[in-house]
Amino acid sequence: MKILVAVKRVIDYNVQIRVKEDGSGVVTDNVKMSTNPPDDNAIEEAVKIKEAGKASEIIAVTVGEEKAQETVRKALAVGADRGIHVKVDSILEPLAVSKILKKIVEKENPDLVFMGKQAIDDDCNQTGQMLAAHLNWPQATFASKIEVKENLLEVTREVDEGLETIEVNTPAIVTCDLRLNEPRYASLPNIMKAKKKPIEQINASDLGVDTNPRIEHIKIEEPPKRKAGIKVASVEELVQKLKNEAKVI
Amino acid sequence: MSVLLIAEHNNKEVKSFTLNAITAASQIDRDLHVLLIGHNADDVAKSLSEVPLVKKVLHMDNEIYENYIAENYTSAILKHADKYSHIVCSANTFGKNLMPRIAALLDISQVSDIIKVIAPDTFLRPIYAGNAFATVKSNDDKKCITIRPTSFEAAETTGGSAEIEKVDAADKTENTKFVNREEIKSDRPELGTARIVISGGRGLQSGENFKLITDVADKLNAAIGASRAAVDAGYITNEHQVGQTGKVVVPDLYIAVGISGAIQHLAGMKESKVIVAINKDGEAPIFSVADYGLEADLFEALPQFLEELNKLNTIQK
Repeated sequence: MKILVAVKRVIDYNVQIRVKEDGSGVVTDNVKMSTNPPDDNAIEEAVKIKEAGKASEIIAVTVGEEKAQETVRKALAVGADRGIHVKVDSILEPLAVSKILKKIVEKENPDLVFMGKQAIDDDCNQTGQMLAAHLNWPQATFASKIEVKENLLEVTREVDEGLETIEVNTPAIVTCDLRLNEPRYASLPNIMKAKKKPIEQINASDLGVDTNPRIEHIKIEEPPKRKAGIKVASVEELVQKLKNEAKVI
Repeated sequence: MSVLLIAEHNNKEVKSFTLNAITAASQIDRDLHVLLIGHNADDVAKSLSEVPLVKKVLHMDNEIYENYIAENYTSAILKHADKYSHIVCSANTFGKNLMPRIAALLDISQVSDIIKVIAPDTFLRPIYAGNAFATVKSNDDKKCITIRPTSFEAAETTGGSAEIEKVDAADKTENTKFVNREEIKSDRPELGTARIVISGGRGLQSGENFKLITDVADKLNAAIGASRAAVDAGYITNEHQVGQTGKVVVPDLYIAVGISGAIQHLAGMKESKVIVAINKDGEAPIFSVADYGLEADLFEALPQFLEELNKLNTIQK
């Protein structure tokens, strides 16, 4: 069984982002970048399945600028076998990314595609479901547990009410929740080994996919600031303020 | 053209977030139709028809819709998509799972999680865990939109009398099978719609200690939330998680206890009207968004808090 894992390079989750003054976006120069956190869970799960003897190959793919390769390299260091970097110069919408990934799926014929449920930069939560639609494959989103069975997966999904379990026939798309597993750190020897693993570069423009933006970003701005609060000295004062000042209890 | 809203329900009742989505959808276009896909859900159809903002209910009834499966819903919705300028639903796990599948098949770039309708093609949406707001204009002919329910008031539920039109079912997928759903039943208000939310974090140190939170929640008739750290540590189950990848809540009062205030948590609660933080670390980032901060050991402060609440003559419910 072959697993394709899609990963995205985003501003690190610990960085307090800053909005550009001209309203065109957020500051990315000299800002720490990392793999989108749930994409780490996606890689980890693929590696665990391979370690359990249920997968033969893991391919990590990213769609992004030159430096997005770092994200693929990291996936190789934790256990992916080879990488694919689809080069683009601009930021693509999930619709365009899903069309590119469809081309990669058609080329590689994986049995499973894993990715994070949501990217923490645009917070769109679309790409996996869109890819599933283009391929007419079943989708198991927000997965917190995956059991590989013969020709199918049993997936536990995190939903508003609690947990839901579904079965999907393979091939299938799974989008991963942060609670799916605990991503491992790459060891130094594995980081060195990963440098020798192949990463194929493909230009998005060679894939014959319409990647033109459909959504115009008119303005990016800071959200309204909360007015500064106060520290209270005691529980009595807190309750008194909530009752008489804020009038919420 | 008109707006088509996809209802979320359990074949007995409409889920409350659908009512918030109805408000947003009616701001896009007054001619709002609701598509109800379910099985033996006549009561749901009737209650939707009584929502004054709803102009028509399309009711698709078939046993294949006993449980919600995105693939089956998608083929059902696509049967009707061409008559509408917008297809919308709530941006909770229901809509997040569903809408991109529809959008992709219609070749539409979806606009996710809008918090404001600026014009029928222009919306405000948070990005980067709510640390930036983007004004976006969709240039697709048709729009697929998901709506952050807590950013819109719930629609009135009585007084309307929209027509209910029965429509035929669509194709069923053979590739996805519903197995079960573990719903945690609770007498407390729902987290997404509660007037007061009290949340615990890693500072609680154990699942048993969440009782301190529960006791206060009982007194205030509050919903119980949690940080991701607390859920990951197994103190409490996932449906309580508030944050960028959990639930977004906007209560009148949010009480964060033993929560440091990571960016990811703030994304889920910082629009709350009044925020209280109780934390023994005076430098914790949660204090930067708190209206009232109490630097204290929660194991002393929470029992005291309950005691003080007990002294009050009245408590708003």
